[in-house]
Amino acid sequence: MSADPSGRVAVTGLGVVAPGGIGVKAFWELLTSGRTATREITLFDATGFRSRIAAECDFDPALEGLSPREIRRLDRVAQFALVCARDAVEDSGLDLGAAAPERIGVSIGSAVGCTTRLEEEYVVLSDAGRDWLVDPAYVVPHTYDYMVPSTIAAEIARSCGAEGPVALVSTGCTAGLDAVGHGLRLLREGAADIVVAGAAEAPLSPITSACFDAIKATSPDNDDPAHASRPFDLNRHGFVLGEGAAVMVLERAEDAHRRDARVYAEITGFAGRSNAFHMTGLKPDGREMAEAIRAAMARAGAGPDDIDYINAHGSGTKQNDRHETAAFKRSLGPRAYEVPVSSIKSMIGHSLGAIGAIEVAASVLALQHQVVPPTANLHTPDPECDLDYVPLIAREARLDTVLSVGSGFGGFQSAMVLSRSGRA
Amino acid sequence: MSGAVAVTGIGVVSPSGVGADRHWASVLAGRTAIGRITRFDPEPYPTRLAGEVRGFDERGHVEARILVQTDRWTHLGLAAADMALADAGVDPARLPEYDMAVVTAASSGGTEFGQREIERLWSRGPRHVGAYQSIAWFYAATTGQISIRHGMRGPCAVLCAEQAGGLDALAHARRLLGEDARLALSGGTDASLCPYGLAAQLASGRLSRGDDPARAYLPFDSHAAGHVPGEGGAMFVLEDDAAAEARGAASYATLDGYAATFDPAEGRGRPPGLRRAAELALADAGAEPADIDVVFADAAAVPELDRRESAALCALFGPYGVPVAAPKTMYGRLYAGGAALDVATALLAIRDGLIPPTVGVRRLADDCPLDLVRDRPRPAAVRRVLLLARGEGGFNSALVVSAPRPSRARPAHNGGGHGHEPTDPGRPEAPAA
Amino acid sequence: MSPLTLDDLRRLLREAGGDDLTGALEGAIHDETFGDLGYDSLAVLELSGLLQRERGVEIPDEMLSGLRTPRQLLDFVNSGHALR
Repeated sequence: MSADPSGRVAVTGLGVVAPGGIGVKAFWELLTSGRTATREITLFDATGFRSRIAAECDFDPALEGLSPREIRRLDRVAQFALVCARDAVEDSGLDLGAAAPERIGVSIGSAVGCTTRLEEEYVVLSDAGRDWLVDPAYVVPHTYDYMVPSTIAAEIARSCGAEGPVALVSTGCTAGLDAVGHGLRLLREGAADIVVAGAAEAPLSPITSACFDAIKATSPDNDDPAHASRPFDLNRHGFVLGEGAAVMVLERAEDAHRRDARVYAEITGFAGRSNAFHMTGLKPDGREMAEAIRAAMARAGAGPDDIDYINAHGSGTKQNDRHETAAFKRSLGPRAYEVPVSSIKSMIGHSLGAIGAIEVAASVLALQHQVVPPTANLHTPDPECDLDYVPLIAREARLDTVLSVGSGFGGFQSAMVLSRSGRA
Repeated sequence: MSGAVAVTGIGVVSPSGVGADRHWASVLAGRTAIGRITRFDPEPYPTRLAGEVRGFDERGHVEARILVQTDRWTHLGLAAADMALADAGVDPARLPEYDMAVVTAASSGGTEFGQREIERLWSRGPRHVGAYQSIAWFYAATTGQISIRHGMRGPCAVLCAEQAGGLDALAHARRLLGEDARLALSGGTDASLCPYGLAAQLASGRLSRGDDPARAYLPFDSHAAGHVPGEGGAMFVLEDDAAAEARGAASYATLDGYAATFDPAEGRGRPPGLRRAAELALADAGAEPADIDVVFADAAAVPELDRRESAALCALFGPYGVPVAAPKTMYGRLYAGGAALDVATALLAIRDGLIPPTVGVRRLADDCPLDLVRDRPRPAAVRRVLLLARGEGGFNSALVVSAPRPSRARPAHNGGGHGHEPTDPGRPEAPAA
Repeated sequence: MSPLTLDDLRRLLREAGGDDLTGALEGAIHDETFGDLGYDSLAVLELSGLLQRERGVEIPDEMLSGLRTPRQLLDFVNSGHALR
């Protein structure tokens, strides 16, 4: 149980539920194909909404192994998380039943928790918004579970038999990155030996679409859903909402090597900063994101020339992509012009609190396969975004170290550095 | 910075009072702050009581343009954060921006704001959802707003573990101070007393249906029948203890030990995790059970949960082996604000050498052989406190806080009721940047 | 519908972005930017939402960021160019 503040942490298992494909294989296949999974919303009737497109997961919970009881009880977000966690644990080769339960921890991110069921239940209790004094007779036992996002982490903990520290990290759109970073900390301080870390989001529900419509943050390009998510493109008009989850098994590198685990990658540095500027607005200079990047790299012992690929936040809003480009230049200097940068949100949309973990998964897979996923839909360069964003086509590359970044409402800016396993 | 972490400022917004002093005076007087819900007409609900923060002058604490874009939960958090900074004598504008962290616990977020917006959506249409829903309801709103208000650009975080989250947030702040943060603003508030919030809490099966404020929330009592919900919470300024001392800041306590565990799934035949959380927190603090002067209990007031907590305490301390405090009987269970308010109350207990009372309990349940300090405060040398908090779903957190050296301590108040004098020589100047 | 007046706009701004009671909206504010009056981009978005809900006035996305002062907004809304 010794603490090792600079210890290397290995990713030894991975599970992904993403638009365009359930499972790691389908996910990576989509990313490298450059195809997009954005389409007209089918999960609810989006008539009357400004943005009527999203990246949805074709997810059949029964097919993915959830029992009828679980399906009834769990919000979609928890269903995603559970499936990913099970897949990740199986993928890791660990027999959690043989591990000491108190040494297993969980760290899950979500920005908006059980929104879908919360809204569905509200419609019943309030008679579709007619009664402010909602009718308590209509609550189902799980209504409270939907009201608190910690439920998602609790479900995973129970599923994994985890009795160590369990956290639900909810820092908005950086929650996914931050949850993995939190898992890193738990291992380094010796609070757990195995951490099931990741994030999930299933926000495709009227209230979510409506709230982003109100601030015109999402793309209104409803006539061309497949091409609506255009990070870094001159003709970008906002992000496309998505859903999904990614969960990883994290262990200290020496433990992973000792049991001869397959190590996808190592997490070598993580840092978070805040812009303390505005809840939604971003200044064009990107200085606080640059500071997060600088701090993560310093912790990883990596310099700008060590970064071989940046998995960007790249949400596709006018302000974000400009902000982020500035942050890369600020933190990497001239190297920013040489490093390939791409946004997978171009293909799978922006799943809020989940996307950070999904992007870590993509970074891990990029390291494993030595391939940089492209930025889809990037046809017309924006003079303000003048870096190499790997337009349209995936690219083979020598990748040893990857930087993954995120940015979110509330001013959160996070960065993580991952490297190929130390063991050649 | 790998030394001890000190609490140098407290801000409290409690049903027992806005401000630490008012809260503490009310608690010491054994006054219940639970009453009939006034925020909406609770008549249709089987639970009609709550601890509400009455007389909270939101306009006095938060600018109008921020008020409209935030939920009450965030109003309370902003106010508590301001009070903590003032109490610590800290001016964030004079500290390096990246060295300051904000960590809050959240539980159901901007519940009332969210209910209002979701009502508009369903009764009038999607165009009736406003521009602020995207920033007011989500669980990170309070951390974000506090960070912006005070220009705190360091690592900021939000942790959700229902009633246990407040301890997790403080522990995380402690963790960040051990990395590269120099100052952290941390704690939690909650404000889920809206119809949908209450209805959801009712679904948990944990709420008391009593109608007598003095007898509705009876942890460890033979008639325990659930808890009363409340709103409010506390925020704290945390600093590296050596740095705080260098700037002449007095300390309420150091955060010495912490642990979090999770209960086993049912049917696994394994023990609940609260005892182990307490043991690990003690070990982290380098403390033995005998070093603990009082335990601030989770005090769920659900018989099975009371039994488990009591069993954990007896295993560690022996029956009646340590004074136990549950002042939350006077103001309710505050979810994201609950554990933080417990910590604030514990720090005041340390400062004044008084264990706050637990009210309403008449007879301990047979399976709860605890030295529950009842009805009146008990004078005691309170040097080390163990706090326990459990979050719905299986979360267990434990925190050990210790009194500072007498030369570093905040001056005691005589039985509470005194304000902090601005010219108090114990108060530090704002630090140079 | 009758033209949108400055007083109407004052009321809507207060509703959209709060009223800090300092009298910042009093007097000749026609050519002050919303930012200088204390109303940020979210408040202006909220304002445009209120205009849409109360008056059926739709300000196209590409126009909104260009309407920086009360005069510009009133002129646009009252010009008939705004969609209904």
